[in-house]
Amino acid sequence: MAAENPNILTKNYGVSESWKIENYERQGGYQSLRKALEMGPEKIRDEVKAANIRGRGGAGFPAGVKWSFLKPNPEKPTYIAVNADEGEPGTFKDRTLMEKDPHRCIEGFIIAAYALDVHTVFCYVRGELVLAIRRLEQAVREARAKGYLGETVLGRPFKLDIVIHPGAGAYICGEETSLLNSLEGLRGEPRLKPPFPAVVGAFGAPTIVNNLETLATVPSVIEFGGDSFSKMSRLHHLKDGGVRLYGVSGHVKRPGVYEAPVGITLNELIFDYAGGVRGDRKIKAIVPGGSSTPIVRPEDKVSAADEKHILHPWHGKSHLDVPMGVDTMRALGTMLGTCCAIVMDDTTSMVRVAENLMLFYAHESCGQCTPCREGCSWMARLCRKFAAGTATMNDLEVLNDVANNIMGNTICALGDGAAMPMLGILKLFRHEFEAAVREGRAPKEIAA
Amino acid sequence: MAFELTPERLAIFQDLLPRYPTKRALTIPLLHLCQEQEGWVSPEVVEFVAKRLEISTADVQGVVTFYTLFQQKKTGRNVIWVCRTLSCELMGARGITHALEKKLGCHVGETTKDGEFTLLEAECLAACGQAPMLQLNDEYHENLTPEQLDGLLEGARRKRDERVKAGFSPVSIRSRKES
Ligand SMILES: Cc1cc2nc3c(=O)[nH]c(=O)nc-3n(C[C@H](O)[C@H](O)[C@H](O)COP(=O)(O)O)c2cc1C
Ligand code: FES
Repeated sequence: MAAENPNILTKNYGVSESWKIENYERQGGYQSLRKALEMGPEKIRDEVKAANIRGRGGAGFPAGVKWSFLKPNPEKPTYIAVNADEGEPGTFKDRTLMEKDPHRCIEGFIIAAYALDVHTVFCYVRGELVLAIRRLEQAVREARAKGYLGETVLGRPFKLDIVIHPGAGAYICGEETSLLNSLEGLRGEPRLKPPFPAVVGAFGAPTIVNNLETLATVPSVIEFGGDSFSKMSRLHHLKDGGVRLYGVSGHVKRPGVYEAPVGITLNELIFDYAGGVRGDRKIKAIVPGGSSTPIVRPEDKVSAADEKHILHPWHGKSHLDVPMGVDTMRALGTMLGTCCAIVMDDTTSMVRVAENLMLFYAHESCGQCTPCREGCSWMARLCRKFAAGTATMNDLEVLNDVANNIMGNTICALGDGAAMPMLGILKLFRHEFEAAVREGRAPKEIAA
Repeated sequence: MAFELTPERLAIFQDLLPRYPTKRALTIPLLHLCQEQEGWVSPEVVEFVAKRLEISTADVQGVVTFYTLFQQKKTGRNVIWVCRTLSCELMGARGITHALEKKLGCHVGETTKDGEFTLLEAECLAACGQAPMLQLNDEYHENLTPEQLDGLLEGARRKRDERVKAGFSPVSIRSRKES
């Protein structure tokens, strides 16, 4: 099947110097803002709700519903904190929006701010993304010069500032409450919830935290209308609406970021968009949506005989033939996450994959909660032992135990995000760990 | 000697200040500006930031030690971060790291004897579709092969003098405007 490209979020990616305001305007940019100002805040919020945008940052919470939880506090301002910390391994989609279409991001922020009566937007961008930060800051300056923000928004008495805030290299700061602490100038340690950011967020004030792509989608919601936008998805009936960015990396012929309707399958993403597996080899496993999501395999079949089961329409089919949606992937026992897949062919050593990932979590655990701080390094050390061929069968049980003891025992989801993929790999590829013990060695390289 | 920002960087800081509800929120942006100038976060920089933001040096130090991008010791004139995370390792990141270690004669975490390059590993840099990749100072280099490395290192040596002359350390987020 040919790859379907809605060409909405990425329509300016091919435009020369797409990041400059005059080119964005020539493509129809900032028309959605004009339309939104005519509609007024309440109608904008209704359209965003009707659009069924499931948060693009990983958890998939409906943006419109999150907005309705905002509890203005008469003593405090209200903020939007944009999450552009993009750090989940395998994920590289927000960066393309910031670098290639920063004005789409800014337009989305302005519309959201107007809809939520917010006068300061903080956009937290990971510090390594120097080009993205420069492009966004340039875009803010251009938009201000043209009157899209500043003392007024297009002449309306609505004061708005957008501050581009650099991070400084910490995966944990993508977690929303850690991001807020980091924004306040503290160490990026997550906060206990409740209170949720929509009630007590940045600087003690109610704050909406949204992923950058979530907000960059808003101009298109206004352009097409919420319901029409939602229906572009193949999972509109599951309230998982619209189009989104997919990433695909690893052993495929054409890795990259692709735009597609919500609900294409992993098989479509890999074969129709990314051109198939390198050397036409077989797929061994796929990390479906960033490193914290448990792996899936092509040979596993959906078991959903019950007609009421959400996956029943795909009963008996491969996991790679299930549409990628927030609820469908969850029903498969994994997660849609950031919608960026890592593909591994049949030359890959899953022991080495586990070692690579657990080293990541050991490095990135913020150290606040004991199960995560100790558990992530413990899992990394154990994976190292399997990779070096010095592990025992008992280590396999310990690895399993450590992972299970992190689950659900920490303030934020980083610990679960490390334990879930570890348990997933152990469940599906236990034999590779056993072989490493038996043979006293694991493959030297992660893949051919 | 006490640390002071250049007037150009001080102006950037002063522009930012009223845009935040607290001074302390500028900890990370100000540390970046200082590091751009000094090349690392020296004890003098910590003092300076604490004084400017009216917080304790312990508070500043706590932030510095939390975040990977803040260098707690002097680096080489060029800093190389090779991404080591999954997509990059699947596509040959280890080969890139080993080739660099050989060419530079130093290991990951070390600086070459002539002070030219510091070699580091990074966690996923959001460029997984262009793996393997590395960040050289503030630029990404993607879809790498070991054959490209000589040219990269040569280019970095050439550009270093103009950068140092203009007062930029390896990573400049704000002072340099987008080209
Ligand atoms: C460890 C961890 C890292 C995260 N990193 C990011 C990130 O880099 N970007 C992001 O948008 N969300 C990230 N999230 C999810 C955020 O906590 C939050 O759910 C999201 O920003 C909400 O925005 P959305 O509803 O628009 O998706 C992370 C969560 C965890 C637990
Ligand atoms: S894994 Fe290297 S950039 Fe993501």
